Amino acid sequence: MSTSTYKRFEDPESGVLPDKMTVYQESQRAFRASPIKAKKCRRLLSQLVHLLYHGETFNKTEATNLFFSVSKLFHNNDPSLRQMAYLAIKELCSMSEDTLMITASIMKDIQGREAVFKPDAVRTLSRVLDGSTIHAAERAMRNCIVDSNQAVCCAALVSTYHLFPVAKDVVRRWANEAQDTIGAAKSIVRSPYAAQGGVSGSSRLPQSTYFHQYHALGLMYQLRKDDKMGMQKLIQQLTGSRRLQNSFATVQLVRYVGVQLANEVQVGASIDASATRSWPLFASWLSDKSEMVELEAAKVVLSAQLARVFTSEQQMQAISTVSKLLSVPRTVTRFAAIRLLSRLAVSSPEKVRPCNGEIEELVNDPCRSISTYAITTLLKTGSAESVDRLVKIIGGFMDDITDEFKVVVVRAVGTLALKFPDKHRVLLGFLGDALRDEGGFTFKNSVVESVFDIVKFVPEAREDALKLLCEFIEDCEYTELAVRVLHMLGEYGPKASKPSTYVRYIYNRVVLENSIVRSSAVVALSKFALVGDQKLTLSIEVLLQRCLRDVDDEVRDRAAFALHLLKEADGSPEASARTRALLDPQTRFSLASLEQQLCQYVRSDDKASFARPFDASAVPTCSVEDKLAEQLRQKMQGEGEIKEGVKAEMKDEIKGEIKGEISEAGGETGAAFGETLTTQAQQEAQKSQMLVYARELATLPQFESYGDLLHSSQAVELTETDTEFVVRAVKHVFKHHLVVQYDVCNTLKTLQLENVTVIGQLDSDAYQEELSIPIQLLRPDSKASVYISYKRPDSGYDAANLSNTLSYVAKDLDEASGEPAEDDEGYPDEYQVEDLQITPADFVIPAFTGSFTAVFDSLPNEEVAVYNLGSAESTNMQDVVAKVTRTLGMLPLEGSARVHSESTHTLKLFGTSVDGAKVGALVKLILSSKGAMMKVQVRSSDADLSLLLANVWGEN
Amino acid sequence: MGSVFSSMFNRLWGGKKEIRILILGLDGAGKTTILYKLQLGEVVKTKPTIGFNVETLKYKNIAINMWDLGGQTSIRPYWRCYYADTAAVIFVVDSTDKERMVVAKKELHTMLKEDELSDSALLVFANKQDQPGAMTAAEVSKALGLAELKDRSWSIVSSSAIKGEGLTEGLDWLIDVIKEEQM
Repeated sequence: MSTSTYKRFEDPESGVLPDKMTVYQESQRAFRASPIKAKKCRRLLSQLVHLLYHGETFNKTEATNLFFSVSKLFHNNDPSLRQMAYLAIKELCSMSEDTLMITASIMKDIQGREAVFKPDAVRTLSRVLDGSTIHAAERAMRNCIVDSNQAVCCAALVSTYHLFPVAKDVVRRWANEAQDTIGAAKSIVRSPYAAQGGVSGSSRLPQSTYFHQYHALGLMYQLRKDDKMGMQKLIQQLTGSRRLQNSFATVQLVRYVGVQLANEVQVGASIDASATRSWPLFASWLSDKSEMVELEAAKVVLSAQLARVFTSEQQMQAISTVSKLLSVPRTVTRFAAIRLLSRLAVSSPEKVRPCNGEIEELVNDPCRSISTYAITTLLKTGSAESVDRLVKIIGGFMDDITDEFKVVVVRAVGTLALKFPDKHRVLLGFLGDALRDEGGFTFKNSVVESVFDIVKFVPEAREDALKLLCEFIEDCEYTELAVRVLHMLGEYGPKASKPSTYVRYIYNRVVLENSIVRSSAVVALSKFALVGDQKLTLSIEVLLQRCLRDVDDEVRDRAAFALHLLKEADGSPEASARTRALLDPQTRFSLASLEQQLCQYVRSDDKASFARPFDASAVPTCSVEDKLAEQLRQKMQGEGEIKEGVKAEMKDEIKGEIKGEISEAGGETGAAFGETLTTQAQQEAQKSQMLVYARELATLPQFESYGDLLHSSQAVELTETDTEFVVRAVKHVFKHHLVVQYDVCNTLKTLQLENVTVIGQLDSDAYQEELSIPIQLLRPDSKASVYISYKRPDSGYDAANLSNTLSYVAKDLDEASGEPAEDDEGYPDEYQVEDLQITPADFVIPAFTGSFTAVFDSLPNEEVAVYNLGSAESTNMQDVVAKVTRTLGMLPLEGSARVHSESTHTLKLFGTSVDGAKVGALVKLILSSKGAMMKVQVRSSDADLSLLLANVWGEN
Repeated sequence: MGSVFSSMFNRLWGGKKEIRILILGLDGAGKTTILYKLQLGEVVKTKPTIGFNVETLKYKNIAINMWDLGGQTSIRPYWRCYYADTAAVIFVVDSTDKERMVVAKKELHTMLKEDELSDSALLVFANKQDQPGAMTAAEVSKALGLAELKDRSWSIVSSSAIKGEGLTEGLDWLIDVIKEEQM
């Protein structure tokens, strides 16, 4: 082609899409021409494919017309035209009708002698076939899978993968061919031009890239996924004498082994056996010649799920492999390695600490994603002693990075402040510098958020942080931030040792700022009037009086309202309480349910319901303390968010290089890693879960009189997850009732259950069964709930054991129609499930308190119990902590959910009972060679509760 | 070199270098067998055609694109997608299948009503003459109502695709007609 001509539409890089209708009409004309001009048609097809790849669509008629036009090109045997035709048909298949018409032509190419046509033909075939036509192609597909040409074989394997959901049974029969393929060597067919032209180096290329192994393994996994023994055998074969040559395939295999180990751990199989069996494999993978394989193996060995399978020496070996990879030249590898360590640092920083030297070298890495990960990892692994040094390093570093990375660093520092409250001075200094620096809104916002966290959760640093905020709003260009800071000052300023200091800062805003800031400053000011200092109250009233002359309505209104309330407060104590409730409320609406109820109110069809105003008192509220507990949990999880943020950044950079790795199974292992966020994530989920429960229960008229739902326990599995019927139970506590919800799932395909209920037998007289709501009809593969309610004693939190039996009428389903025979009356049957414990912990709601020690010491009733947990060898400290937390149903505070030492640990737990009694627990754990000991010290405002909770293990 | 000659010949033929012929008929009539007997000169093993087969064959210096479309009930509606620019239609009938002669007649006449086929010649193969009980060409012609066709060159030839009888005779006639009428 001459270089002096340039056609815009033909340049694929130009980014200008050709006109859709022009392409459509020209194609129609050119494809039916006789004879066919191959070159012209190829150009039109490439324009068509270009359009389709950009998401353009054609309507059904147009697409069908195009499809038939393209099919007419099949009498021309030009290889590159045919290739384009296949690409176009592959895309059109999803839009066009009657794609079956091309089958015979494709089959001819597949069975023909032209190797060039085959791969494209096979790939297109998988789009054309459906459940009824797949039989016609079965022989051809099997032959292609075992074809000695790698391109054909890969195409066939990938197509089979796509056909699997279409016709499972047929594809399953191809397993033998796929299995043979994994081991076989396939040759790459070289382009004849390359051979003739003597392109240098082509002779040095390997005979085969063995890439078909990757596809074949993926396919085998799809086929054998549910067959445990089959999978095991496959893994044995591939790790034994016939090793995989392709590193992508090996990576995939590592993942499958990981998934399998995780499954074994989940069902509680003997871990020792699987550990001894799999360690040699991992040991060899950890020193593989491919970095990709080494990383994947390390990822599995270090995954939290498998923490119990691998010993700490083995984990150390994996970490040393990873730390070696931190200094390789390839950027992607360095990134993957540091990301792996950064994740590990969330759950077990002590394991990452030995690599700190290598990580520090990455702080100045040219790739910013890597350097950011390096810093956040260092922040997580850093002990209290190293914080000063680290903060200094970052301080020098901050000027060089962009805002979005600064945000990541600031968040990490914020989390650090929660973890090491003692270090607040250094960290606040850092945040203060950050506030004074230039920066965009998101950056400033994240700094302010971090300072807020310190105000809320680190009482000893509160006043310093507030001072920082005061200084910040003196010169703050962002209205939103000024408003938030003013609110914060209003919340915490009055509680400070010298409230009057803050008044000047706030009033300055009234003088200097825009109306939005002014009105929020007025609200903040009014809160200082409630401190109880007569002089201060008078001053505030004077300031508010001045605000009455403001030019803005909102500011005047708020000032007038506050003044009015303050005047009233001088009268009776009730009025004073009312003022306090309005100006400085101690409870907050639960926003989710407020929204839900408002929507319900607004959307009501019944006109009568608008006669009454919306009743806000029906909306559940939560105290400020609950709110804080919630936030703390989120903050602790915040480290997870950081990862997400960086992941998004990194995606584009490395997408190209690791494309091959992405697969369904990868997603599964990824999900497994996601589970590392332990108890806190679960509690978080539980909170939102409770809202869902409350909504569900509200739809049942039987429970209307029970009042508000006070607490819902976590779901307890009463069966294994792979049994015929899967049953989970949730306990809901109401003021005078206990409702047990059984979620029953029918996993049988050919059985329908009717009138399903649960016969529960209690070993305690404290609870009286009141009513039960059975499931009328439970179809196969569906899920529904049985509810049984018990009357509970007005006081006390009795423990009880509930034995459960599922009772139902079963009907067999006819396979063809999926319905039971009409005359089938079914047969009654019972199904034993596990017992459910009702424990005192079911009546305790996890709650937050700012200073655990102070609250704990102030609670009057103390109970102490000491337990021997038996041999220490089989016990893992982290597991014990999680178990204790779950059993007591309280919130771990001051970072005590995370274990730092395997020998001793102190767990601080706090919660409130459903009746509002506060309860705290101090659990000391010691694991030594002599055994595992636990001392539980429970203090509560309710004597019964502390007695019950301290002895909760004693009864079993 | 060869292409230079063929393009010279093509120029003599008035620029139109290839002609399109459709082979239609009910399922199992022997369309695919005829196509490959003509192209390869041998009888191939066939399966019911899902879709179409297309082959190019040189016959008396003319390049013919032969389109053999599947004859199953489900595929017949798509025949019309391939009618455009067709020089001739070869309609194949299984002469032993007396019951379905009515169906064949109906399909034939529906097809010929199409505008796009108004100029195409029609050649009917009364196929499977090698089998006992086969109707003669005259009987088939009557059953299909060929005499009713006006304004169209048509012919019926008795054939046996397996033995290769009648095929060249039919094709000779067809090429002559096309040369006369369309070139």
